[in-house]
Amino acid sequence: MGQTIVEKIISRNTGKPFVRPGDIVAVTVDRVMLDDIMMPFIVDKFREMGFEKVWDPDRAVLIYDHLVPSSQLDDVRHYRAGDEFAEKYGLTHVHRSDGICHQLMTEAGYVKPGDVVFGTDSHTTTYGCVGAFSTGIGYTEMAAILGTGSLWVKVPETIKIVIDGRLLDRVMSKDVILRIIGDLGADGATYRALEFTGSCVDAMSVSSRMTMANMAIEAGAKCAVFTPDEKTAEYCGVTLNDFQRNLKGDEDACYCRTLSYRGEDFVPVMACPSQVDKIRNVSDLEGIAIDQVFIGSCTNGRLEDLAAAAAVLRGKSAAPFVRLIVTPASRKVYEEAAACGIIRTLVEAGAIVTHPGCGLCCGRTGGILCDGQRVVATNNRNFLGRMGTSKVEIYLASPAVAAACAVAGKIVSPE
Amino acid sequence: MGMTIAEKIIALAAGVPQVKAGDIHTVTLDRMMSNDGTTHLTVDMYHNKLKNPRIADPKKMVFIVDHNVPSDSPKTAAAQKKMRDFARDNGIDFWEGAGVCHQIMMERYVCPGELIFGADSHTCTYGALGAFGTGVGCTDLLYGMVTGTSWVLVPETIKFNLTGKLPEGVYPRDLMLTIIGAISASGASYQVMEFCGDGVKTLSVDDRMVLCNLAVEAGAKTAVFGADEIALEWLAKRGRKPKAVFESDEDAVYVKEYTFDLSKIRPVAARPDFVDDVVPVEDVCGVRIDEAFLGSCNNGRIGDLRVGAAVMKGRRVADHVRFLVVPASREVYLEALEEGLIDIFMESGAIVMNPNCSVCWGSCQGVIGENEVLISTGTRNFKGRAGHPSSKVYLGSAATVAASAVRGEICTADML
Amino acid sequence: MEQFTGKVWVLGDDIDTDIIIPTEYLALKTIEDMKPYGFSPLRPELAGQIRKGDMIVAGKNFGCGSSREQAPEVIKALGIRCIIARSFARIFFRNSINNGLLLMEQPDLARDIREGDEITVTVNSHVSYNGKAYPLAGLPDNLVEIINAGGLVKAMRARNGLTD
Repeated sequence: MGQTIVEKIISRNTGKPFVRPGDIVAVTVDRVMLDDIMMPFIVDKFREMGFEKVWDPDRAVLIYDHLVPSSQLDDVRHYRAGDEFAEKYGLTHVHRSDGICHQLMTEAGYVKPGDVVFGTDSHTTTYGCVGAFSTGIGYTEMAAILGTGSLWVKVPETIKIVIDGRLLDRVMSKDVILRIIGDLGADGATYRALEFTGSCVDAMSVSSRMTMANMAIEAGAKCAVFTPDEKTAEYCGVTLNDFQRNLKGDEDACYCRTLSYRGEDFVPVMACPSQVDKIRNVSDLEGIAIDQVFIGSCTNGRLEDLAAAAAVLRGKSAAPFVRLIVTPASRKVYEEAAACGIIRTLVEAGAIVTHPGCGLCCGRTGGILCDGQRVVATNNRNFLGRMGTSKVEIYLASPAVAAACAVAGKIVSPE
Repeated sequence: MGMTIAEKIIALAAGVPQVKAGDIHTVTLDRMMSNDGTTHLTVDMYHNKLKNPRIADPKKMVFIVDHNVPSDSPKTAAAQKKMRDFARDNGIDFWEGAGVCHQIMMERYVCPGELIFGADSHTCTYGALGAFGTGVGCTDLLYGMVTGTSWVLVPETIKFNLTGKLPEGVYPRDLMLTIIGAISASGASYQVMEFCGDGVKTLSVDDRMVLCNLAVEAGAKTAVFGADEIALEWLAKRGRKPKAVFESDEDAVYVKEYTFDLSKIRPVAARPDFVDDVVPVEDVCGVRIDEAFLGSCNNGRIGDLRVGAAVMKGRRVADHVRFLVVPASREVYLEALEEGLIDIFMESGAIVMNPNCSVCWGSCQGVIGENEVLISTGTRNFKGRAGHPSSKVYLGSAATVAASAVRGEICTADML
Repeated sequence: MEQFTGKVWVLGDDIDTDIIIPTEYLALKTIEDMKPYGFSPLRPELAGQIRKGDMIVAGKNFGCGSSREQAPEVIKALGIRCIIARSFARIFFRNSINNGLLLMEQPDLARDIREGDEITVTVNSHVSYNGKAYPLAGLPDNLVEIINAGGLVKAMRARNGLTD
């Protein structure tokens, strides 16, 4: 019987001819991502477990992003824990201010198609954009992997999502994934893998796919995967081998559910406060006054996202008394956006452009709001209290929609 | 009897022909600036303490959000919201995220001869354009906002005669730190520091801002330069006209006079925790640092970024160092972007933030932890200002700060 | 079979990790420091009211959101004996097991229960409430192994030849 993408990755990884959903297997880990906010806890657990060395220091990537720049007194304790651990155990892949972990893992080539990757952050699902099996774990399991190089996983069932056709102008992959999360529900894919396919998906850039894989966790998914193609190969700087090229769901693979969409049917949408699956068409929300717009995060802080925002903002400016905060996803994104004039356009439109990092999305600094304020944001979560008090309303949207809202000072469609 | 520049500005604002040190006068204020450090308190007092609150002239008011940008907590956000709402309701010029207040004031508002109150101690910066700018608390600012007037005690003036020209690799910041070191942190208390002499002709308006800005660190009420051709040309380029152009009279009275030969100035650093604990950089070379900061209303202008970028070009920030680069304003940022300086900083591994006060104010960006060491182009190195009470701040020039970021320990640029 | 009785706190659907412990407090030094902020966006007073041995009964998708392991650790530190929900988010589930926090899925209890009532849990069997038995499924063997070892840290210590 055929296999889904995830089954293929796991069976190859474990050296089995095939695996089936529900199988519990120990996978060999290709990469791990450790982030600053979890680092002191990882170090403690690692020590407590009694390990003397990291199984393969070259496979570990340490990234400071949630706490960059430091905003609270104890933040530097996390850098110190990371630096000391890296020094002691010989980790050489350390990024101290280069951007958001998930962006760097793919952009800097740490993740290749077919890899099995774990990270101490729930949006580790992102790496499925290049056809990797990747998922978020806690710090205890990370400590165990650092010592052993392996972890048990239950092979997930797969939900197949077929999207054919093309997206309309000003509709972005963010609108697509938000709609899908709305349809699945916030727990609709719990324990399951999402597998995206179809001509619409094929036409998407790796960045657009990244946005979708990133948000799969918001439907509870364990991971989300796209078939690697030439765009993936170029992005990852690899030539696809037979295994990687063959990472597509077999015709006779078994899916627990299949959803089919037409690209033309997607419209700009928003996730309304305070659930990611509370999806409404932007056209139904028009006129709601806003205080702030945030463009950034591992979901939507890439070059194409900033470009989409700049296209809306060119020659215009943010409405009076509305803050427009832009946080590029990585140093490379920032540099590229600067080189092609996007940063200039954004700043001239009144944007506050910060250094790359998690910024407002992780709610520690970067534009925290107070009671009664409303923000349109391009990130992945609008949970209660995530960007300030529990009386802050967060609307999630695409960069194009967010930019249009910044200009209008209220919710509007990007046209 | 002759008057100094400061006395002439006060006389004009008081509508009297003559003032002298020690007099108390009621003056009409030309402008008032308030930032997010304290505006919410002023607004609270305005609403809660006054019977018939009104604003004398909203056009004289400028509100600038610069201390915590972007906001770092619900508390900050609520304070800023109060300020924003008040500005909107009362038609007050409002800036947010556009840069450090004093830089915006200089770029957009300050004119020679004006008397300006700012609810921030570094308001003395405006003396670079021949204005009298001084820091006040929110009660004073509230009174000024409501009545359009205030009272001032005419301060004594100290004359700083500058001669010669700064050597290559030595900056106005080294000069001003040297002066403060020489006269002490209270050496000009309640007084005006007036800069004159041939040496001032070698200093641009940006350079003069560096000197005036730090005057408060010597305790001064303000500092002032005569509005000469350099200042007037700078002003004209920005399409503004002076209110009045003053020079001190020959027979003006100075309480004290100092002469500094610029050609003798060397790179210096102020050691923790006092701005007047100034030593040659060589004396602190080798001190391991955790963070470096290039920015602030003192040293975040385009010239400073050029100096920093020249050091960083082709070099990397040391692994264990966080190097924050924070342009003083959006205008400065765009200029730096155009000149490729932002690119140089990004390439070098620096953290480039949006224009704001940043770690100089020690609040939401680059906070330093227990026992950490920061070398900074900011205004102050007081105990705990940049973070943990046990942390240490050294002050140095843009060149020294950038070089230290590369080396990972304090050093001068020519040691790289 | 292991059995215990305790008072119940009732929470709704989709209780996310940002509610359980907001990011703002994640860099505090210890779980004890974080404890007072547990559930603060939703019910700021709750952390102070929970007593050792209490239980949480909730709706679907409990623990959705981030991978922060501080979430189950804070709940455990607050004294919660176990959580019975209609369903759990995946990462939260793993993190709880690894920390020895007992989670059980039960489809109907959340609908019937009233906050403050007492329930009796018989592990791997059923919950008794109001004279009615609500069946509980057993845990998979590999998870039982981790729990029996006393959590993943202890399992790894044993692997590395360390004893407590």
